[in-house]
Amino acid sequence: MKTLFAFKAALFALCLAPLARLVFFAFTDRLGANPIEFVIRSLGTWTLTLLLITLCITPLRRLTGWNSLIRVRRLLGLFVFFYAGLHLLTYAGVDQSFDLSAILADIVKRPYITVGVTCFVLLIPLAVTSTNAMQRRLGGRRWQQLHRLVYLIAAGGVLHYFQLVKKDVTQPVLYGLVLGVLLGMRLWWRWQSARVLANRQPG
Amino acid sequence: MLIRRPPAIQPSEITDHDLYLNRRQFLAAAGLTLGAALIGESLQAAPSAFPNLRKSPLSASEPPNSPRDITTYNNFYEFGTDKAEPARNAHTLVTRPWTVRIDGEVKRAQSVDVETLMRWAPPEERIYRLRCVEAWSMVIPWVGLPLASIIKHAAPTSRAKYVEFTTLSDPKQMPGQRSSVLEWPYVEGLRMDEAMHPLSIMAVGLYGDILPNQNGAPLRLVVPWKYGFKNGKSIVRIRFTEQQPVNTWNRAAPGEYGFYANVNPAVDHPRWSQAKERRLGEFTKRPTLPFNGYAEQVAQLYSGMDLRKFY
Repeated sequence: MKTLFAFKAALFALCLAPLARLVFFAFTDRLGANPIEFVIRSLGTWTLTLLLITLCITPLRRLTGWNSLIRVRRLLGLFVFFYAGLHLLTYAGVDQSFDLSAILADIVKRPYITVGVTCFVLLIPLAVTSTNAMQRRLGGRRWQQLHRLVYLIAAGGVLHYFQLVKKDVTQPVLYGLVLGVLLGMRLWWRWQSARVLANRQPG
Repeated sequence: MLIRRPPAIQPSEITDHDLYLNRRQFLAAAGLTLGAALIGESLQAAPSAFPNLRKSPLSASEPPNSPRDITTYNNFYEFGTDKAEPARNAHTLVTRPWTVRIDGEVKRAQSVDVETLMRWAPPEERIYRLRCVEAWSMVIPWVGLPLASIIKHAAPTSRAKYVEFTTLSDPKQMPGQRSSVLEWPYVEGLRMDEAMHPLSIMAVGLYGDILPNQNGAPLRLVVPWKYGFKNGKSIVRIRFTEQQPVNTWNRAAPGEYGFYANVNPAVDHPRWSQAKERRLGEFTKRPTLPFNGYAEQVAQLYSGMDLRKFY
């Protein structure tokens, strides 16, 4: 219990590091010539990185048998929500100065913004139902079904990144590959267990 | 015997009491002034690269961006696709000796050394707005020669309708060319009347000094009413053609980048709006002006043309 608490505390601090880095850069004049763009991009890539790390928990548990990893999944997931929120807030507030008509026009006209905002909206129910009480209220099965949305959100996040780069798609393609492996493992395991079940059925 | 004599002058008569109380700020201010003087001196010392630099009435009156902004935030894919990479990587570019091939529809094809070419017209300071297609902008004090005077020396024939500018192709000097993110070499082009326009220059310097590599040394095209990607960098070939050249970004994504690429707030990039821009160093976005604010000088070049079609 004590080690879990220490592990969680350390992970919490680690998850704050990307934000601390931006604050440090801001105070030491290291954000470059276009600081607003730097901050938005950095928050965006960290959102996606943390999301992929969150999606590593289940395969890691299976591969290592280290089941208590599940105890940090919520913490990671909520940090995804935290960074996604900061990312969106910086876009809406700092980049667009909360110009609602311009933001709405962007959401309607710019596919990458449409996708990005949709992903954020889809994250909200997952964050809201992340508490133990909500989990109990929904019941394990329904809760799990709802939280499968995360696969769609992750795919949307990669698409959002892919759509906005001008030409060099290396980074979004790398994120896409990692996501592909993480989702592929799940599909493979599902297929395996389905086959095992099917074989058990009497002729 | 000790004879105490009152000092002839009271300290307070020399130094004002308020000044004494604020002596730290005073010292800081003095330090700043001295620092500024030293920097000013070094800035003034630098223009020895262009001793007789003329100011131009075509310059914008807006305050230029800092040398740091201009030299650390560059789209120059030959040195990497991240805007901070050219400043780190462009040191491998060797800009002297540098030969430019001038051919195509000319009376006599020639290869000219950059030093010779730079004597074809007196260098001028041209402070221009630069609007990138990515919706950010800067104000840059270029040093350049009017492109028209280079063209006159090149002596194109009457068949020349366009000018094509080719960037150096050498993956040893330009590590970004080892990636196939764009088709190399980078090619840009202008219609003859655009190239002859007094606003079009061949930049050879920045802030009174020679052009840094990451900004496109030794020869960089600057056409201020067009998006930044029209400004070919590190140019090794100027070719006059009858047919419209195919510029690199147009070839890469024809639906997104045209040949003309005139700054136009009314015609959006398919993926983002061009109505506003972020001037580097400013917090809120400012509206983008038609032809980047040069409409009065250049709009007539395009009269009768559908600028939505010819984006």
